Order: sequence, then C-alpha cells, then structure tokens
Amino acid sequence: MGKVNRREFLEQVIAEKETHTQNISLDKDQVYQKYVNKGAPSGNKTTSTLNPYTGAWTEEEAIHLLRRTTFGVKPADVNTLMGMTMSQAVDKILTLPTAAPTPPLNNYNAVVADPTIPLGQTWVNAPYDSTTTGQRYYSFKSWWTGQMLNQDLSIQEKMVLFWHNHFATEVLTTGDARKSYKLNAMFRANALGNFKAIVKNVTLDPSMLVYLNGYLNTKTAPDENYARELQELFTIGKGFTPIYDEDDIKAAAKVLTGWRINNTTISSYFDSTKHDTTNKIFTSYYGGYVVVGKTGSAGANEVDDLLDMIFKSGDVPLHICRKLYRCFVYYDIDSATEANIIAPMAQILVNNNFNIKPVMEALLKSEHFYDINSKACFIRTPLDYLVGMFRTMNISIPQTFTVDKTYAIWNYIRSYGSSLAMDLGDPPNVSGWPAFYQSPDFYEIWINSTTLPKRMAFADMMLGSGFSAGTGTAIKIDVIEFTKLCPNASDPNYLIDFFVKYCLGLPLSTASKKALKDSQLLSGQTSDYYWTTAWTNYLSNPNTTNTNIVKTRLTNTLMELLRLPEHHLC
Amino acid sequence: MKRRDFLKVTPAAGLAFMINGIPVSTYADHPLLQMMAKSTAATGRVLVVIQLNGGNDGLNMVIPIDKYSELSNARSNILIPQNKVLALSNTNLTGLHPSMTGIQKMYADGMVNITQGVSYPDPNFSHFRATDIWFSASDSKVYEESGWLGRYLDKRFPGYPKDYPSTDMPDPLAIQIGSGVSMITQGANVNSAMAIANINSFYQIVNNLVDPAPPTHAGHELTFIRYVMQQTQTYNQVIKDAAAKASNASSLYPTNNSLADQLKIVARLIAGGLKTPIYVVSLGGFDTHSAQTDATDTTIGTHATLMQKISEAVYAFFDDAKLLDFHSRVAAMTMSEFGRRIKSNASGGTDHGSAAPVMVFGPGVNPGIIGSNPILPASAGTADNVPMQNDFRGIYAAVLADWFELDINDVNDILMNSFPVLPVFKSAGTSINTQEGGSNEALEQNYPNPFINSTSFRFNSDGGNVRIQIFDANGRLIRTITDQQYSRGQHEITIDRNSMAAGNYFLTLTNNKTKSTRRMTVVD
Repeated sequence: MGKVNRREFLEQVIAEKETHTQNISLDKDQVYQKYVNKGAPSGNKTTSTLNPYTGAWTEEEAIHLLRRTTFGVKPADVNTLMGMTMSQAVDKILTLPTAAPTPPLNNYNAVVADPTIPLGQTWVNAPYDSTTTGQRYYSFKSWWTGQMLNQDLSIQEKMVLFWHNHFATEVLTTGDARKSYKLNAMFRANALGNFKAIVKNVTLDPSMLVYLNGYLNTKTAPDENYARELQELFTIGKGFTPIYDEDDIKAAAKVLTGWRINNTTISSYFDSTKHDTTNKIFTSYYGGYVVVGKTGSAGANEVDDLLDMIFKSGDVPLHICRKLYRCFVYYDIDSATEANIIAPMAQILVNNNFNIKPVMEALLKSEHFYDINSKACFIRTPLDYLVGMFRTMNISIPQTFTVDKTYAIWNYIRSYGSSLAMDLGDPPNVSGWPAFYQSPDFYEIWINSTTLPKRMAFADMMLGSGFSAGTGTAIKIDVIEFTKLCPNASDPNYLIDFFVKYCLGLPLSTASKKALKDSQLLSGQTSDYYWTTAWTNYLSNPNTTNTNIVKTRLTNTLMELLRLPEHHLC
Repeated sequence: MKRRDFLKVTPAAGLAFMINGIPVSTYADHPLLQMMAKSTAATGRVLVVIQLNGGNDGLNMVIPIDKYSELSNARSNILIPQNKVLALSNTNLTGLHPSMTGIQKMYADGMVNITQGVSYPDPNFSHFRATDIWFSASDSKVYEESGWLGRYLDKRFPGYPKDYPSTDMPDPLAIQIGSGVSMITQGANVNSAMAIANINSFYQIVNNLVDPAPPTHAGHELTFIRYVMQQTQTYNQVIKDAAAKASNASSLYPTNNSLADQLKIVARLIAGGLKTPIYVVSLGGFDTHSAQTDATDTTIGTHATLMQKISEAVYAFFDDAKLLDFHSRVAAMTMSEFGRRIKSNASGGTDHGSAAPVMVFGPGVNPGIIGSNPILPASAGTADNVPMQNDFRGIYAAVLADWFELDINDVNDILMNSFPVLPVFKSAGTSINTQEGGSNEALEQNYPNPFINSTSFRFNSDGGNVRIQIFDANGRLIRTITDQQYSRGQHEITIDRNSMAAGNYFLTLTNNKTKSTRRMTVVD
C-alpha cells in the first residue's frame, strides 16, 4: 500500500485543509478498551436460514429493511413499502434508478477560479488543474454526501458505499477527483451488477492504478501492491485458511504489468512494451494454473485469464458474501451463520454467474434477515447517523440555495462524519473501515469516548441552533414538520411511539415511554389531553403562541430521545 | 458608582479581603466595602429552582388570615379552618398551610422570603404556555425560545459548550435532577444543563428507569453503547467524584418524598464541591381541579400532602446544608406556572388561576413578606382572580442582581427589560417590613413600573412627617415628591414623569424611624 508523496503536496494545495480526526488509535481510549468486544458476542444464537421469510410484514419489518438498505428511514418510504408484500418491497429496494445523477459541479469559483469550468458546471471531464485540485476534491466528496441525502427508495447508495469500502481508495492519495468520480460512477452504475465485471473494472481503473501503484508495475520493475490486495482483500480474502502464497502474488503482478494511465482522457491503457510476456505459473492453490504470456496488444487479455482463474476458487464467493453480510446484517459470523447463510449465498452467487442482485434478493427476503437477532444490532456508521438524521427528520436544504451554498451544507455533514471517524472517500487504508473487518470489535469501533459525545452534540445542535456552514441560513430539525409526519400526532402516546420507532433502534418499555411523555410532552402535567389540546390548537391556528407551545415540548422530547443509546442502533 | 465599575478598577483581587492590611469586616458598614464583600461572597453561590408542576393553589399555602370572610364565601369546601392555620413569627395577618411546619420554623429563623401576588400582566392560563413564560421570562405575548437561566449562563460562561469543561469551570453549568432538561436552561445555542436521574447510575434514562437489554445481538450492542455513554458523559466523572466525596448529613429527610430525594442529590453535589451554580428540581401533581382536600377534613388530602412534601424536603435540605456547611451560599426558590382560582369547584378543587406567592429560602434572604395579602372580592365568582402585585421577573432580577451579583445592565439584558429588583435578598440593602396591621409595606412598589408618563404608589404612614424623594442611579436627588404630615394609614400618590430621563431611579420614604426604598424605571 504505497502512499505517494502526492498526498503531502496536495495537503499544501488544499486551502481548506482540515484535521483528519480518524480517532482509531483505540489503544489510548480506555473507555473503549474496557467495554469493547473481547471475543465474539455470546448469547442467543439463531438457526434461521436463507429460506424465504413467511412471517408478518408489518412496519417493524419494513423499517428494518429500510434501515439497512437506505440511509435513515423516511416515514413516507415506510408507507410505500406497507402497500406492498415483503417480496415486492425488496424488489422495489433492489430496483435501481435508471439515470445517473448530475455529476459534481464547480462550487468553488469564488474561492479559486477554475480556468475552464464556470460556477455550477461540472468539472468531471475538464482538464486537470493543479490550482483547483483541492477544491474539486471537496466538491466530489460533498457531492457524494449529497447523493446519500437525496437518495431515492433503493439500495443504490448503500451499495456504492459497500463497494467503496470493499475496493477502498483514498481520494487524497489518488490526487485527482476526476478519477475518483469515475470509479464512483462505475460503482453506482454497477451497484447490484456482476462482481467479476466490477473486479475487472476496478483492476483497470485509473484511480486504483494510482492508489495501489498499478501504473508503476512494469516488466522491469514489477510492483506487487495491487496483485496482493486483489487476492487478499478484493476476491479470495485472507480466509479461514490462508491459501495462496507469495508466488501467486508475484505471478499476478506479472500478469498486470503494462497498464498505464492517460490523464487527459482519465482512462487506462495497455502498453505492451512494459508488459511481462513470460508465462505466469501459479501454485497448487490455483491448481498450478499457468497464465500464458502474450505479446503485443494481446497481453492486455491476460487479466481476463487471471480473473477467470481466481473466480474459479470457491473462496471468492464466500469472501464477498461475508462482506455483504457484515454490511447488511451483523458482523458476527459463527459456524451456524457460515453454514446456513454464507454458504448458500455463495452458491447463489456462483449459480448466477457472480451477479450480486440475486444474492441480495435472497438475503433481504430471508427468514434470517427478519430474525429478531438480526434486528437493531447494527451500530449506525457515522454517515448512517448523520445522513439518516437528515432523511428521517426531513431536514431540508433550501431549494433556492445556489450551488456553492448547497455544497457547503453537504460539506459540513461530510466534515462532521470525518470527525466521527468516517471520512467519505478517504477510508483509513485499502482495507476500508475497520468496523467492517476488525475482529472482534467490528461495529463497536465507531463508538468511543470521543465519537459518542460528538454524535450526541450533533443531535443537540440540530435540535437547537443548527448550523449554517457560512450560508447564512440555519439548517436544523424542524420538530413540527417532523411531527406532522405522524398520522395521529394529537395522541401523545401514539406520538411517542412514532418518535421511538423512527429515532431508536430498539423499542422502549411502556414505563419509559410514559415517563418520557409525562416529563417532556406533558411538561410534568398528568393528563394526555393537555398535549392533545396543544397540538389541535396548533393545527387549527398556527400562530406564534400555539407554535411555540408545541415546539418547546417536541424539542425537549426529541432531545431526550436522541440522547439515548438506542438512537445509535439500527 | 456601579458595582461592576468599581470592580473593574480594582487592581487586585486581594483588595476584596484586605484594605491596608485590615480585614474588610472591620469596615463592614462602609458601602463600598460591603459591595466588595458581596462580590466575593457571590462566588460559589447556588440557586435551586423548585418547580411545582400544575399550578399551585397559593391561597391555601400562604393564607391571608384577614380575608376569611371572602375566602369562606369563595371556597368553603376546601378552606383551611382558621384555627389550624400556622402562625408566622412576625405577623398575625398571614399564615401557612398546617402541613408546612418546617417552613414555619424556617420563617421564624429568618430563612424565608415570601413575595405576594406574583404573576405578570395579561396572565396565561394554559399550563404549557404559562410554564414557557416562567421559564423564558418573556412577556405574556412575546415568544422566546431560550430560558432566563440559560441566558444567565450564556453571559457568565460565554461560548459554552466550546472549550468546556475548562480549568475554571470543570463542572456542568446547570444540573436538572430527573428526566431530561427543560427550557429554563436553554441558552441561545445549546441547553446548558445536564440531567441526572440517579446519582449512582448515570444513563440518560427516563426517570431512573433503565430498560433491560434484550437477549439478542441488539442487546449486546446496546449494553456496549450504554457503558461507553455512562463513561463519557462530559461531566460524568466530576459528578461521580463530587457525589462520592459527600454524604447527606441530615437525619430529617423524609421518605416517600420525591422532592426530598432530588434535594438530597443536590446537597451531595454541592457539598462534594461542584461549582455548578444552578440546580433544577421538580414536584408534580399541583393541577388540583378536584378533590384537592379531603372531603371532611380540609387540612389533609392531595394538596396538604404536596405542602407537606415541600415543607419537609426544604426543611431537611437546609438542615443538611448547615451540617455540610454550605447553607450560606445556597438559595432555593419555588416556581409554579400559575396560582389557582379564588372560587373553588363543587368537586372540591380549583381551576387555573393567576397570581400566587413565591417562596425563596435560605440564610441569604430578606426574611419576611414582600407585598400584602391579596385583595379579594367579597364574594368571588368563577371569573375572579388573585390580582398581581409583583412581576415574577422582579424576583428573577433579585436572583441575578443580588444573589448572583450581576451588573444591572446584564440583568436587564437577560430579562429583556428593566424590572424593579425586589428586595428578596439581604444583600439588596433594602429591608422589608412585614407589618402587623394594614398593608405591611411602608412604601409599595409603584405601578405601572416601568412607566412612560406617570405612575402611582401607595405608602403607609404611622402618623407624623413623611418625606418621599426620587434619586437617580448615582444617588443624586432628582425630586422631592412630598415632605409633610400624613395621618396614620394608607395613602396614594400619582406622579408625572416631567423631565426624568429614561433609566433607573430610587423612590425613598422616610417616616419617623421607618425608611423604605423602591427601585423604579422610566422608559421612553
């Protein structure tokens, strides 16, 4: 995993340089050390299988499906899914938008003028420009955050994040946001596509060629970086029984010699003069397979031969299915899960020629996915937390905002995510975020004595003054608009249930809900009708008096709910 | 000279203790030195707000003994028999609910200040709106999202929460005992309070209830997050440390009294050394629309139990405060969103009303009663309410100016207007005179106040010469209003503004040995 000096260079270029608070030096966090998993979680184990779920399809199941496949849960989306069967709902979630989104735009002209692209126009096909590189870098990452905020009712953005984490690259290291955008667009277009095709695309992707030095890999100076990660992280995995060896790394590196980057067209090309034309002999793990060396332009085809060989390994489908499981269900894979869930998923993947969609369909329609043990056990990633709050609470960014203002808001959220140890576009390294692979801690890595108070501070802020990120407009939770999404908000019991359902991963006990209602929604009064009257008065006459009465109480109720540990589960 | 101006030119803090090597107390009578001593004493002062949820029936708490005929006509079914009313040490006109023996003793010990007829112009009868008004200190028709104590904390600890906790202020700015934090401590940006349900178990869990974690993967992760949350509350450790350092020393705390339970926590935290200046506790159940007393014995029942809870809890708390040696720096005030109607219901309760008394407790208070017994109609109907005598923000102004020693400009800023600072605290320098006959005030607060063109005030003469004068904030004589003989009894004078500029003034009365001062404000 070489880090080119470009990073240092870029950090000087980037005007808006920020501190990377990736607080993952957990050895120093004693609170985290004390409570985090020391081994696999004990407790109830499930024996549910990948067989289709036949139980009740209620709001609880619909919310569970949405929590895992979208960012946050919107009441409107729950209503949509409740008009369907479980199977139809999953089909809907797995139907991706046909059109690609508007690409990232020049939002930075007021800071650094772009020599070729005016404000509000996209720079993704513009010439490389060293003065605006840093600006484009933030433009891209802000834009991506915006895609999450504006996602439709499909799994697309969660899959893009999944692929980004699986085939991790760092925008800052790649050093050219145009390349990062191109890879991102490929993930979006192939979100539920063919895994093997995605691996090939990634192998020849310009940003990956930069990130793992593939473009420096030549017959005279082979660079094993990508060849190693291709097998260790992207396809075979380290596995339960490490299998291939260094000879396989060396052989794969030779296969991949000669790939170069055209920085003008932002594409890769094959330079046969740099290619190692010898035969590449793999070990017994691959059955002693030989990728026959080819000369001239035919050398470019060796990569297909290599991938065909790799994809014949039974470890490939198991590896990617475990990764999917950990991103969409839970991190703990015990022997029962391996046998009942992972292995059948892998079989479906192979049976479908490595198309991802049938695997996701089987998983999301399975009895295992709706098992009690699969629900609410996912610790929200920082972006699930931040973007989810925006979407669930319907926090709006004014439509009238100019491009630079909209991006400023998106950038604020991105930046806050970074301070919670999830810097979108810049994972810690090629392994992606440790929450998805670091055993035995996994998801618990997100929560430590730095990040948890920061998460709580964000919720407090969004219920208070909000933030404006220099736009002059405070972006915050409109508690009344959120409450209006509740179909029976005048009933304080129903309203508390609604808030709990959408804000907390786990339900509260009846006693806790009553205490919350009495102390906050009823301000210490004991009769439900005080709230009912207040809300009804507000609806019929939303003057300042009536508005403030309900607003104060809703704010306090939600502040208390969002300070609960259950708020971090989904 | 304003206190703050003086302090600004004081070169060293040491001056506040010593002048030319001589302790300040030797010069205790010198006004400047008193000010200096006051500002020193203000450090470490604590206010405990006791919120009485639901609207407390003030007429059955602080009972106007001279109004029994009116009371009998209006509320015979809940009226405390006159011979059961607890007497106060320095007046036979006003007494307390028979359940408040603890408060009665504290009153005799000079630890209670009662302000009569507290409300605000155009009072609101909705629990929610009235609570918001009391929390925010806004006018009846003004909508303010921050709380008055939140704004005070904003001033005292600028920039919070950025860079907090700090070396100077390692502790929470405010602590609310119970579930969640309320608007009273909401500042411009954030709520400055943290909520503590239980001192030994620190989750932000609703009213001390911790739902058990389910036996699932979700339960496993929930438990992990709970632990981290418990350990990383910004102020968790300082609170635990403070709680561990001190135990309650009083044996008087009652059981089955949630207010006492809350005050026990407050006492431990103060004694344990927290610098937190504000605590908020609460007691609910005051919304007594029906059956507020026992049907046959009006001295017992729902409201009597509430009175007893307040009395026993507060009495024990100040006993504890004395034993733990912090009582000189703590004051507690009651606060309820409104009083109740003069006329009772057939069901033995009372509907939402307006003005009611506010009690402030502690050794620092000016002992006695501010204002007079309410004027009640001979036979009150359902529309009649206790009239307002004192604006609640006059008490807030006293807390800010005389207890927390804030510059008057800052006080006005926080309260968004200038209110007469009621002489709730000894440090106000104005004594109050709870009299035995007629009105208990030598000089009553002028009304309206603030005023634009003219204002009126009542005063009591004990016979002889009465001189009433207006001084400006710098002590300059502006006008002599009267200087002549007045017969014994109450008199009223209306004055015009004339050429007085907008600002704060003092109205002083001298009548034989009686001297009384009121602050009044002129606005444009």
